Amino acid sequence: MPERVRVKTIMPPGHVRIPAYLRGKTGVIERALGPFPNPEQLAYGLPAASQPLYRVRFTMDELWGTAAEHPNDTLDAEIYGHWLEKV
Amino acid sequence: MPHDHHDHSGLSPSGHPYRADNDTPLSYWQRMEIAVRELLIEKGHLDAAAVAAQIDAMDARSPANGAAVVARAWTDPAFKARLLDNASQACRDMGFDIGPLHLIAVENTPDTHNMIVCTLCSCYPRNLLGLPPDWYKTREYRARAVREPRAVLREFGVDLPDSTTIRVHDSTADMRYIVLSARPAGTDGMTQDQLAALVTRDSMIGTGLPRTP
Repeated sequence: MPERVRVKTIMPPGHVRIPAYLRGKTGVIERALGPFPNPEQLAYGLPAASQPLYRVRFTMDELWGTAAEHPNDTLDAEIYGHWLEKV
Repeated sequence: MPHDHHDHSGLSPSGHPYRADNDTPLSYWQRMEIAVRELLIEKGHLDAAAVAAQIDAMDARSPANGAAVVARAWTDPAFKARLLDNASQACRDMGFDIGPLHLIAVENTPDTHNMIVCTLCSCYPRNLLGLPPDWYKTREYRARAVREPRAVLREFGVDLPDSTTIRVHDSTADMRYIVLSARPAGTDGMTQDQLAALVTRDSMIGTGLPRTP
């Protein structure tokens, strides 16, 4: 059973690489990609702690509801672990 | 004729608008780039020739590199397995200098079609394929590819049946993507070079399909 996760709904200021259209959306982890420096610090030249990065798969139904062209098409995005909460 | 008198506010002889001369003041970040580059040169960390050489190296990269990778995957099952397992290493093993690129290959199958976008900016596997097409960087493509990929694909001439699942990949972070298309029918017996000529740039972005012989 793939792990279900939800993208946090926070809207912090600054350089963030989590698209707003994915905030609050639930998906499954498609694969783990390993640790990568957190761009939220890296972008400012600050010491950047590594975060685990995941590919998370969402259905178009989850993202767009009845506006989806085809509910079972999918969208995969790379999301850092500190942005995910278990469902 | 190019230098006959013509009205620069109108259209070129080929019907395109003239691009304005870049007479506007430099932006903050353009000034910053020049300042940092000049400081690095003054302090001896690099020279202008090294900057030009990097630009040449990037301009020398082209979709032909990716086409060679795809064509090899079509003919060499062991290579295809390595490509799907670790695309960066597979490309390096073919001799491509892709620097620190983290590449993932996603495979089209009879019931799955993959398509790449970067909604946040213009992330693209430049170190393998060279610079992205202009449309890839437009807000229109970036916004629509994730919301109505089938409509976008139809505009590119790719009309997929409902039985095909579309998987859109938004390169939001550290990975870059290349689509491994299915080998076209009717290509038995073709060499890798002949096959590579069928692999288009758009087929590696997923907005197109390979040519058929």
